[in-house]
Amino acid sequence: MALISIDNASIGYEGKTVLSGISLKIREKDYICIVGENGSGKTTLMKCMLGLIQPLSGKITYGEGLKQNEIGYLPQQTVFQKDFPACVSEVVMSGCLNKKHTLFYSKEQKEKAEKNMELTGIYSMRKKCFRELSGGQQQRAMLARALCATSKLLILDEPVTGLDPKASSDMYALIKNLNENGITIVMVSHDITAAVNNASKILHLSRDSYFFGTAHQYLHSDIGKKFMITGCPCDDCQHRHNS
Amino acid sequence: MIDMLAEMFTYNFIVRAFVVGTLVSLCAALLGVTLVLKRYSMIGDGLSHVGFGALAIAASLNLAPLEVAVPVIVIAAFLLLRLSENSKINGDAAIAIISSTSLAIGVVCVSISGVNTDLNSYLFGSILATTNADAVMCAVLAVVVIVIYVLFYNKIFAVTFDETFSKATGLKTNAYNSVIALLTALTIVIGMRIMGTLLISALIIFPALSSMGVCKKFRSVIICSGVLSVCCFFIGMCASYSLDTPTGASVVIINAIVFAVFRITETVYSRVKKS
Repeated sequence: MALISIDNASIGYEGKTVLSGISLKIREKDYICIVGENGSGKTTLMKCMLGLIQPLSGKITYGEGLKQNEIGYLPQQTVFQKDFPACVSEVVMSGCLNKKHTLFYSKEQKEKAEKNMELTGIYSMRKKCFRELSGGQQQRAMLARALCATSKLLILDEPVTGLDPKASSDMYALIKNLNENGITIVMVSHDITAAVNNASKILHLSRDSYFFGTAHQYLHSDIGKKFMITGCPCDDCQHRHNS
Repeated sequence: MIDMLAEMFTYNFIVRAFVVGTLVSLCAALLGVTLVLKRYSMIGDGLSHVGFGALAIAASLNLAPLEVAVPVIVIAAFLLLRLSENSKINGDAAIAIISSTSLAIGVVCVSISGVNTDLNSYLFGSILATTNADAVMCAVLAVVVIVIYVLFYNKIFAVTFDETFSKATGLKTNAYNSVIALLTALTIVIGMRIMGTLLISALIIFPALSSMGVCKKFRSVIICSGVLSVCCFFIGMCASYSLDTPTGASVVIINAIVFAVFRITETVYSRVKKS
């Protein structure tokens, strides 16, 4: 049984199909990167997984006892969050709201938020205003919020967009660490090189087909060879390349 | 000064206006922060015009004004929120259409039926002319709005800050958006009696904008906005009494002055900090 099973689904928006006949299973502890050109349906597929929109046909089911309110999500930042007057801990705490239907935050929820702020390294900034943080710090606050909402599955929408190289490599390390601690990761990304280096599986969407397999298989596939600038670093390939 | 205040509060109608006005200012300030941050500032304006249409129809049919206005504005609020979610119709265009149409209907109604109610009192408010029954109803509605807002505070924050995240992680965002729409509608209805349909949006937008610039926490923005709004109302009311100016307009002018002072201080402060 998988956390999310996608069964012969067609997805699209406003009646237009962007991707059809896709089937795959997301298993526990997977680290999946979804890559592909603009308009290939990465974000739409992700929204289907989150239950924000329904697939046009086919089925997307949750398994392993996963419920919709147990998925953590790191969306792309909207323009008006940049000047939103709220402090970091208020933002992180709001991730706790999906579990218990209490009106105010419990002590348990506050501790969870504190733990996640420590984990993502923003605890010392918890009283600062969100809009005064750097891009990397904002993303880490958003990640802490997503962690408050889940302990199983994180769906990340281009988490390093707009970050400087140092901040993005920190972000990748943080995500890798979460994955090693048992959280399943699904990430939409434009950065194929980083995706191949970090993820265990790659889902590459293109207009008429898709590829789903391990990062290694991807590098050996036709579609992967076309998109990667550097070849596969495995011994076999390096050997062939050099000789 | 103190003599003037003491004299003011010997009049029953002023005490009544003061109580209702304070409650309404508080409601408007709370909702204002959410509406401004959700980019819905103009919804308040649109709804008040709908309210004017409803009041005019009620007056020409000889119905109780508030009993007609409340349901009409609540329905309009839901419609407007739905329209702004629907990407096919542009949100602010929808507001403009609805508000000017209802304003036109209102004016035509008033002129056809030839009611001798003063059009001005709808457009610019008539806080000093509120009857006891009106005042009680306004006060009750205002308390309801404040209590619901406080109870749902955390959820309202979540929906305001990031609706997509909230929805994706299983919060019933549609339900909370409806709560916000309902509270906005109620605030507009009661605010209209005091500030009038043309000025109520000032009460919603000014305190929120003034406090958003200086506060770093959402909670302090809410509190600051509430305090500012009540203070501005009080000062505006006193000014209107001593200078014999219209109450609603005076309150708006005080709000505008406070906003300007806050913005200037903020700019100067950040310049000084930088250099």
